[in-house]
Amino acid sequence: MTRKKRRLYFVILGLLAIGTAAALVLSALRQDIVFFFSPSEIMEAKVPTEGRRIRLGGLVEQGSVVKQGALVHFKVTDGAHSLPVVFEGLLPDLFREGQGVVTEGRMGDGVFMASEVLAKHDENYMPKEVAESLKKSGHWQGEQPK
Amino acid sequence: MHRFANPARFLRIAAIIQPWAVGIAILSFGAGLWFSLFASPADYQQGESVRIMYIHVPSAWMGMVCYTAMAVFSAMGLIWKHPLADLMARATAPVGAAFTFICLITGSLWGKPMWGTWWVWDARLTSMLILFFLYLGYMALADAFDDAERGQKAAGILALVGVVNVPIIKWSVDWWNTLHQPASVVKMGGPAIDASMMVPLILMAVAFKAYWVLVLILRTRGEIAAAKLRTLRMAQVHAAGQTE
Repeated sequence: MTRKKRRLYFVILGLLAIGTAAALVLSALRQDIVFFFSPSEIMEAKVPTEGRRIRLGGLVEQGSVVKQGALVHFKVTDGAHSLPVVFEGLLPDLFREGQGVVTEGRMGDGVFMASEVLAKHDENYMPKEVAESLKKSGHWQGEQPK
Repeated sequence: MHRFANPARFLRIAAIIQPWAVGIAILSFGAGLWFSLFASPADYQQGESVRIMYIHVPSAWMGMVCYTAMAVFSAMGLIWKHPLADLMARATAPVGAAFTFICLITGSLWGKPMWGTWWVWDARLTSMLILFFLYLGYMALADAFDDAERGQKAAGILALVGVVNVPIIKWSVDWWNTLHQPASVVKMGGPAIDASMMVPLILMAVAFKAYWVLVLILRTRGEIAAAKLRTLRMAQVHAAGQTE
């Protein structure tokens, strides 16, 4: 084996080893890397919520937004479960019913007390006219739970 | 592949490519800017802020493409000891770092009005920040040794180790849930971007790539000239030492 060949194999094996190590670390840290939990994960108690700040993510349920002064009540759903959220403060521009949202806060007595609400944008980009014609023709695919 | 490692041949080919790179970069950047700012529609959700994407997304691609290229050049330098490959890896690093920085800044500017925050530590944003630090580390390491060859070797190894981050960036939005939206252009089932918005995006991506090719040629040529100068100086010093 020439020195060049040896260096080539060394680099390939090194990359494989590093790739495997990274994959193992990342899959072990899964719970910490995910940015938010779904309503189902929280309600089925798959994640510890007691006294911890967590993030809850999903879609704002249609017709669930109620504003009382500075207080906003809404429900976050993932299709299977929906969790009531209460929040006091300014909502981002993209916050609307049927849109993705990520809230940060604590669980309290069946209600998620959010201290921060972030809007989540989806991967669809289109002009207004296209969105409207899609809705009209019934081919609309956005704003639905995955 | 090995025949391209010859600096003289590189200079000949580079001289042919250079005017094309200049032309394509200027034309596509001009057209891309015009389409991104004037001749494309506002988004149905984001309104005019969607125009940030025409800088942000091609910059992110550049960050990843330049890093991959840098890693490939570094591997060629480490394995086959092609000096030209090392020079090209060095020439690519600042371009990739600059575009990664632009990507982070424009993303932040978009995030504040759309998400409601400048920054979050989700998988996509964090892995992109790591990419930026990898570039900085590469550049610092490459210049950290008195012996340029040792610096190049250390930096090359860092580039190769860091390449594991590139697929993590690409699929971070699929492997974990993130605040960042999933892929829109390169994904299963075709792009989720309207054709009218695809035009400026592609034009800008072409412009950025052509710019990189141009900078790569200019910087590599500079590095070749610098290497020649070093050799000449060494020969001079050597000759002076012998006559004394």
